Amino acid sequence: MTENIPILRVNNISKSFGSNTILDSVSVALAKGEIKVLIGPSGGGKSTLLQCINCLVVPDSGEIELENEHIHFSRKQDLYRLRQQVGMIFQDFNLFDHLTALDNITIALRKVKRMNKKEAMQRARLELEQVGLGDKETLYPAQLSGGQKQRLAIARALAMDPKILLLDEPTSALDPTLIGEVIAVIKGLAVKGMTMIMATHQISLIYNLADEILFMENGRIVEQGPPAALLSAGNKSKSQGFCDRLNELSEVEG
Amino acid sequence: MELSPFYQELLTSLNRGLIMSIALIIPSAVGGVLIGIVAGSIRTFGGSFVRTLADAYAAVFRGTPLVVQLFILYFGLPNIGIYLSPYLAAVIGFTLCSGAYQSEYVRGALLSIKSGQYLGAQALGFTTFQAICWIIVPQAVRRAIHGCGNEIIYLIKYSSLAFIVTCIELTGEGKTIATEYFRFTEVFTIIGLYYLGLVTLAMLILKNIEQRLYVPGFGHN
Repeated sequence: MTENIPILRVNNISKSFGSNTILDSVSVALAKGEIKVLIGPSGGGKSTLLQCINCLVVPDSGEIELENEHIHFSRKQDLYRLRQQVGMIFQDFNLFDHLTALDNITIALRKVKRMNKKEAMQRARLELEQVGLGDKETLYPAQLSGGQKQRLAIARALAMDPKILLLDEPTSALDPTLIGEVIAVIKGLAVKGMTMIMATHQISLIYNLADEILFMENGRIVEQGPPAALLSAGNKSKSQGFCDRLNELSEVEG
Repeated sequence: MELSPFYQELLTSLNRGLIMSIALIIPSAVGGVLIGIVAGSIRTFGGSFVRTLADAYAAVFRGTPLVVQLFILYFGLPNIGIYLSPYLAAVIGFTLCSGAYQSEYVRGALLSIKSGQYLGAQALGFTTFQAICWIIVPQAVRRAIHGCGNEIIYLIKYSSLAFIVTCIELTGEGKTIATEYFRFTEVFTIIGLYYLGLVTLAMLILKNIEQRLYVPGFGHN
């Protein structure tokens, strides 16, 4: 995987809100099919990093290149194009509350990708089928369970044919009994070779999917490496300590 | 049953007035809602220049009496060479006044939409304008509909002010007859019933629109 040239390059991104530095010169590169997992204490800058990558939060400085195309932060067209190619999954789904499951997917296909209605509906049905919501197309977000909402959000993002998927704690807002169905969908994406950066506290995703773990603290990546190295027994890495605590927590809950 | 000449004349006049009233109310209500959506959106999302303009518009039309606005449109504008027919002056006055109030309902509804909706649209590559048009406004309309309906019902009744710019509608026709026969109680009671009928009809239409726009998760669950 790493022999591929990176499709996404993020160089020395910084972001401050007032005097509060959230990201301090962070760099990430992502090859096709690679999966990186962001972990670390809350407030460490994981969400902001993800939001900076598709410029939902425009970085103060630094560079982003997608497939060797430099993104000019001041050009709106650049930002719109970048976001079309980089899918984003949010912790709280952000589905469009006034649209059915089907229309949640078709609206972006029609308005952003300018597909005609029939094509868009075909594509949307295909994506719903893929995440196991084929029979739910007429339901509104308020009529879906948390797990179904997140699967719909994933289907919506995938319908845009993103080159990269950013996942911001995709299972954190879910009832423990519903996490499994979302994890299954994400694992399915990994098998299909989707390139992903994911912030998560879900141990099974960290252990099983990550090609590389990035440990973020105080706006910096303080540790990075493959899980085998960082999380091996007896390793004194911060990542190891953090995952141990997550494990203890899940045992207490269990 | 044969009606007395007084009632025959009254009902003929009131029916004529009713048609004029409806001709005033429908374009004013539709125009008011449209202006309200546009002005409300600008007041919420617009750049500082257009926002100031829209804020000023709402402040002027909500801050001055409708009678004054109508007088200026009908009797004032000829001073700068603009002559409006009584009907046109009334419709323009009602539309602008109603739009200013509607913009406030729309603004409140727009502000109540969670920022995540906008974020979700942005993340899919929607432009700001597309996100507002296709995601934010359709949701806000559902939240604003009760307030906007209230304003339309109010408009039905202040449409009676048209007669002060000599546009003779329901109230104007009635007043002429009442003065002629000096029978104010009967005439104005019947006018009141006409308005009650109009408002009831409007409420039924609004209720129907509300049901058509109903989406689970908005309003009552």
